[in-house]
Order: sequence, then structure tokens, then C-alpha cells
Amino acid sequence: MAESQVAELNNLQREGFSDEQNAQYLTFELADEDYGVDILRVQEIRGWDVVTRVPNTPSYVKGVLNLRGAIVPIFDLRERFDLSSQEYTKDTVVIVLRVNGDTGMRIMGIIVDAVSDVLNSNSSGLVNAPDFGGRVATEFIAGLVSAGEKMVMLLDVDKLLGQDQQSEQELAAVN
Amino acid sequence: MTIDMAQFHQVFFDESFEGLDIMESGLLEMDPGSADPEQINSIFRAAHSIKGGSGTFGFTNIADFTHVMETLLDEMRDGRRQVTAEAVNVLLASVDVLREMLTATSEDAEVDSERVKAQKAELDRILAGDAAAAEVAEPDSTEEACARSEQTGWHIVFRPHSHMMRTGNDPLRLIRELGSLGELNVEVDLEPLLPLSEYEPEDSYLSWDLHLTGDVSKEQIDDIFDWVEDDCDLSIDPICPTQKTPAAAPETASEPAPKTEIKAVPAPDERREGDDRRTSDRRGSAKKSATGGGASSIRVDITKIDVLINMVGELVITQSMLSMLGEEFDISQIERLREGLAQLERHTREMQESVMQIRMLPISFTFSRFPRLVHDLSTKMGKQIELKMTGEATEVDKTVIEKIGDPLVHLVRNSLDHGIEMPEERVAAGKPEQGTVELNAYHRGGNIIIEIKDDGKGLNRDLLLEKAIERGLVPSDAILSDQQIYELIFAAGFSTAETVSDVSGRGVGMDVVRRNINELGGSIEIHSEIGVGSSFVIRLPLTLAILDGQTVCIGSETYIVPLVSIIESIQVKENMINMLAGKGETFKLREEYLPIVRLHEILGVKDAKAKNLNEGLLVVVEGEGRRCGLFVDDLLGQQQVVIKSLEANYRKISGLSGATILGDGSVALILDIPGLIRMAGNASVAFSKDARKSA
Repeated sequence: MAESQVAELNNLQREGFSDEQNAQYLTFELADEDYGVDILRVQEIRGWDVVTRVPNTPSYVKGVLNLRGAIVPIFDLRERFDLSSQEYTKDTVVIVLRVNGDTGMRIMGIIVDAVSDVLNSNSSGLVNAPDFGGRVATEFIAGLVSAGEKMVMLLDVDKLLGQDQQSEQELAAVN
Repeated sequence: MTIDMAQFHQVFFDESFEGLDIMESGLLEMDPGSADPEQINSIFRAAHSIKGGSGTFGFTNIADFTHVMETLLDEMRDGRRQVTAEAVNVLLASVDVLREMLTATSEDAEVDSERVKAQKAELDRILAGDAAAAEVAEPDSTEEACARSEQTGWHIVFRPHSHMMRTGNDPLRLIRELGSLGELNVEVDLEPLLPLSEYEPEDSYLSWDLHLTGDVSKEQIDDIFDWVEDDCDLSIDPICPTQKTPAAAPETASEPAPKTEIKAVPAPDERREGDDRRTSDRRGSAKKSATGGGASSIRVDITKIDVLINMVGELVITQSMLSMLGEEFDISQIERLREGLAQLERHTREMQESVMQIRMLPISFTFSRFPRLVHDLSTKMGKQIELKMTGEATEVDKTVIEKIGDPLVHLVRNSLDHGIEMPEERVAAGKPEQGTVELNAYHRGGNIIIEIKDDGKGLNRDLLLEKAIERGLVPSDAILSDQQIYELIFAAGFSTAETVSDVSGRGVGMDVVRRNINELGGSIEIHSEIGVGSSFVIRLPLTLAILDGQTVCIGSETYIVPLVSIIESIQVKENMINMLAGKGETFKLREEYLPIVRLHEILGVKDAKAKNLNEGLLVVVEGEGRRCGLFVDDLLGQQQVVIKSLEANYRKISGLSGATILGDGSVALILDIPGLIRMAGNASVAFSKDARKSA
């Protein structure tokens, strides 16, 4: 199923390029919630594959993967957001993203339950996430858009993955 | 036919900078008073090539300037001039000026003509200092020649052999170069010229009678014809003042008698010398076949390329063999298939190695500038400093070579400036008058370590801390370890000149040093002891290197231990294991007690098979001078692995130096042995603290 999704998305992506007005987001499911990332940041979508565990990393870092010669870290987004973790199934996919960090572009992967759709949206449809105080971490959420009945949380990829990198580098420096 | 000479400019500049390096290192090794003629020769040759090249490409200012240097060197070579420290210093300064000129020219920038003029005057002063060379009227063309004879010029008969142009020499260039030495009268012999129908465009038919007026030495003329001696008939004879003046050149050209005589005698001798020069030049360029120069290109030893081409050939053969086998494969051919695959593996590995080799350059490309730096700075500061360098042959990636140069210069300069004390201070402190700065480079555990060590006064931690508190970098009640205090000198705010010279002096641009090193994915550490000296240890990853690794397994996971850090692997028996304070496990290896590091604990492997020490194996490793036994489940095999950086897409992880991709496409992590030992050390510190608390 993952493959058919990929093909479909590739088509959608191609169609989408003709429409420059709207930003496009790749939406995916995570514990029955809908999330989205800027589609231009998506490098590829692949099925879940066994990764090599990296010691001394947070538990949401599942390990590293050989992506055509590059060593790419894979993050479990459920664990990252403290959602209940789940066994990986054949629907489980890894979205490989391009992240802008301090030291240039990095490639990182996130594990999500399933990829759903490509969402066209213009900036007027974007609203800020409400403030939950400290209870819910909203710093990774760039905004909310509605897709039909559903609310989609758009993730700020750089903050989500770039920051992880950052904070742990600082940690290492302190050590 | 016109050739766009600009396409050769880059080659010329590359070679010239190489030549400058040769000159510089040669000059630095030269002892005043007793110079090795071979050494002077090599310096001379380098200068000569630069001069020739710049003449060819029309960079006359460079050619003129080099010419003066060359004259001085020539006199030294012939033993007509003593090699004095002053002359060497002037020559060194001239090398710098020449480098600037070349840089400016290569960048199409303006050459600082004032500086060039000043330096040239300096050279002329040295030249004039010789009693023999009395009158120097014109700096670039009047040298010792006038002193050696009263002749007013030279009569040169130049008959190129027909194949001369095919050797890449253009008579016109030679004549132009002659013209730059003085007033030149040229007469062409058109006689041998064939009718157009029989004319061979690549042959040269013409010959020339040349009259060169001016105070020009024979060597200068020889130099011009140096490369073509074998390809022409050449005679050079002096025009005596009693002869007709060169203005009447056509007449003098018609007296061939003396020229044939002279030609007969010196020619063979000269030719031999010319050949020598050429072969040794070639040898020189093979030795220095790779330059650290431009960022975009790399000069690779031709043998490396040949090896690669051979291997590609082999690879193609193996590939076609395998595909033929695959077309009609049946199980009886399995043996041949195995053979073919083994061959393929071997070729691939060899090719991988040689491709890697292309990017690797010895660190001497970076180190070579330091003798000069130390020489200059110590003279300027009135200190006596000896520079010791080891491990210049350590090969590092080209990117590292390019980026590490400036930080190293900074550190060495700091060591000279602020580390090493003045001679009298040193004597008062009971140290030898001469300070020592050491530069070491070596590989260790998948890293390249570069050490800059001095035996100076060391960092004053109290002063550093005081200054940092004063500047508000740390709270006044902070309790910092020595290491943390030394770290302060890397703080950006700490490195302004005036602050630092108040404190300890160290730190000018140290934040930049650290940033550059971090950019390479490396780190820098400081060790220091007051009165004894300090050392800066730069650790750089071998980003593109291959590593010989031992694969070990712990549970279901595979790790790579760099083979260089493994001493041996042993199976321990119960009775070899001792407990230290009930917590730390040690074992006795011959006469030494070594700590045991349980890798599955430190790496958090949950499914490790061996829990008891006698079930698994101990890999005895050494890192940063400390040894320990790594406890693993089993050893798998040795293989060469390509180091991939974890930092490229993620971050540095303590205890790991990188990752690699195994044959099945999966990723295996490479252990950083010194890092692991440090981590284990920290863990045991934690243990001892707990132990104290419970006690």
C-alpha cells in the first residue's frame, strides 16, 4: 500500500507544481491526529525498514539508516510527541525530510503511521495554534489548517528536527 | 596560429607556487657560511623555472624580479659569494614579495610595485655588496657580467633544428627574452626557407644572427637557451670593445671564425648540465606532485592515475566475465562464479583504496610553512625557538589540509608569542635558553590528532579566571575546573588583543580557531601547566578515510572497532578478574591491571548474550595512552570500512566516531575508543561518588 501511495503522491506533486498560489502540504496520520509538512521539504517516502540503533540517544531516535550511502537518522514522531507508541506495521512509513540546520541541509527521517494526502492551502487558511500554556508543546507547530472536517497541524520541520540537533549539541558542549 | 596562453596560466601559477615552496624550504635549511651546493642548485632551479615561465607568459615584472634573485643565487652557486645570513633573509623576503606578485597576477589584481621596487633595491644592495660587482646602473640587467670582462655584448648564432617547434619551444619567445636583457639586433637567414608548396608548417627553417648589447652575463644567455640546447646549433661569443659597436651589427654578423671555435668547446659540457637540470627538475616535480594550492583542483601523481586506469580495466574484464557467466548459468559453474565474485571484490576494494588515496595528501603541505614562520617570528621577537615536527607524512583529506592551515598558524604564533619566554626569563626559571615548539600529527582511533606543544610558561588559570569574572563571562562565585577555565580563551569576548595581553596573551582569534576546527567536525583541547608549558590538541575526523576495522557483535548489534587501537583479544577466566572496591572490574594482563568496560552496558544493548565475563571476549584496546578491555559477545571478522560521518545528518555521539555501511546495506557504528574510555572513566567516577555516599 505504501508504494501505491508513493505513486499517487508523486502524481499529485507534479500536478501541484503548476499551481503556484497555494502551498502544498503532505499530510500524514499519527495516533489518529492529522499532521502536515511542507511538501517541498519531502525528499522521499519509504516503507519502514530495520534501522541500526544508535546508543546514547533519546528513545525517539530509532537509529540510522543507509539511504544510498548517506547515514540518515530516523525519528519516531509518536515518541517524540509522547503519544502512545505502536508496533510498526506494513503501513508504517518513513518520510525523509530535508531539514535546514545551523550547518547546512541535513536529511532526516520521521516515522509516521500512514501518509494520507496532499493538501493544497493558501496562507489565508493558516491559523496559529492556540496557546495551551505549558501543557502542550506547540513550538513545533507552524500553524493549523482545516481540510474538510479535519484539522491538520502543520509542522515546522526545521524547529522540530533542527532544534533537536541544536539542543543536544549544546548538551554535548556542556559535558 | 595563435594559442590562447591563458589556458596555461593556472598550470604556471601552480608550478610557480610550488617552486616558491621549494625555494623557501631550501633557504630555511641553508646554513650561513657552509651552504650545500645541491641545495642552492635546487633553489636556483626553482627561481629559474619561475623566471622562464613568467617570461613566456609575458609577466615581465615577475621575470625581472626573479632574475635579480637568480643572479644572487647564481653567484652563491658558483661560490663567488658567501652565503650570509643577511643574504638568506633578503632572499626569503624576496620569496614573499614574489609570492605576492604571483598571487596578484593570478587574481588579475594590481601588484604592489612600491614593495617590489623596495625589495629589488634590497637585493641589488646585497649584490652590490660584493666587491667584484662594483657599478650597478640598471637593476635588472646589470650584474656581475660587467665586472668579469670588458666586453660590451654578445654575438649569438642561433640555428634551430627543424624539429624544434615540435618540442614545444618557440624561437620567437627566446629572441624576445634575449631582447629583454639588452639592446638586440636581429638578422634572419631566410636562405633555407622552402617554397610554400614544400613547406612543412611545423618545422623551423630560419636561423638568426643576434647581437646583444648591454651588460649581460653569459649565464643569462645560457639560461634562455637552457631548454633548447639539444634542439639547435648555438654559439655565443663575446663582442670585445675593440670590435665594432653593436650598432653596426650586420657587419659583425659576417665574421664567423671565432664562433665556431667557441662552439666546439663548451657545448658538450653545457649540454650535460642542461640535461641534468632538466631531469632533476622533473624529479622535483614528481616528488611534489600534489599541491595544497587552489580549492578547485588537485594535482595527482600520475602513477596513482595509472593504477586507477589499470584497475578499471580489470574491473571491466571481470564484469564482462560475470555477465557472460550469468547468461547461461547452471549450477555446475558455481565455482567459477565464486571466483569471479572474489575477483570483483578484490578489484573493487583496490579501486576504492586508490580513489581515496587521490584525496589524501600528507600534512606536510600544511606543516611546511611553519619553519619559516618560526624562523621569522623568533628573529623578530628575539627569542630562541626550535621547531620540532613529527608525522609530516600523515595523510589527511584535502579539505582538512585547506581548512586547518589558518588555525594552526594562529596556535603556533600564540605559542611563540605568549608561550615561550624571553631567553633571560627562561634561564632564570632554570630552563634551557632555547624554547621548543613541537608540531605532531598522527592517526589515532579514526581521528587525526595534531598537537601543538610548547615548553613555555603555560596558561595562568588564576589570571584567566580573574579576567573572565571581570569581563562578566562567568559569575564571580563560579567554581570552574582547570579545563573549563582554559576553555574561556575560546570565548569570543575574551579574545580582543588588549585584554588578552593583560591576562596571558593567549586568545587572539581563538574563537575563530575553535570555529574552524568545529567546522571540520573536530575538537580542540588544552593541557597546560604553569611554568612547564601548554599543549593544544586538535582532533579531526578522518571524514573520507577508510579504516581497518574489527567487527564485533554484542547481542544483535554489530559495531566496528578500529584495528589500530586493538592490542589483542583474549578470553578471560574467572581467576583473572579482580574487583576494585567491589565495583570496578579489572583483569590482569601480564603485569598490568586493566579496567573492563562492558560495552553492552555503556552502549545500552539490551539483548547481549554474554553477561558473565567468561562467556564473551575481551578486546584489549588502547586510546590516548590508556588501555582497557572491552567486553563483547564475539568477534566477527576484519574488514575495511568507509567511514561515514554521523554528523552530516545528525550529530556527534559520544563513544562513536562514525558509521559505515556493511555488505548487506545495513549501517554499523564505528566505536571511538578514546571516547569510550573517557565515558567509562566518567562512569567509574560516578561509581566512586555513590560508594562514598553509601559509606
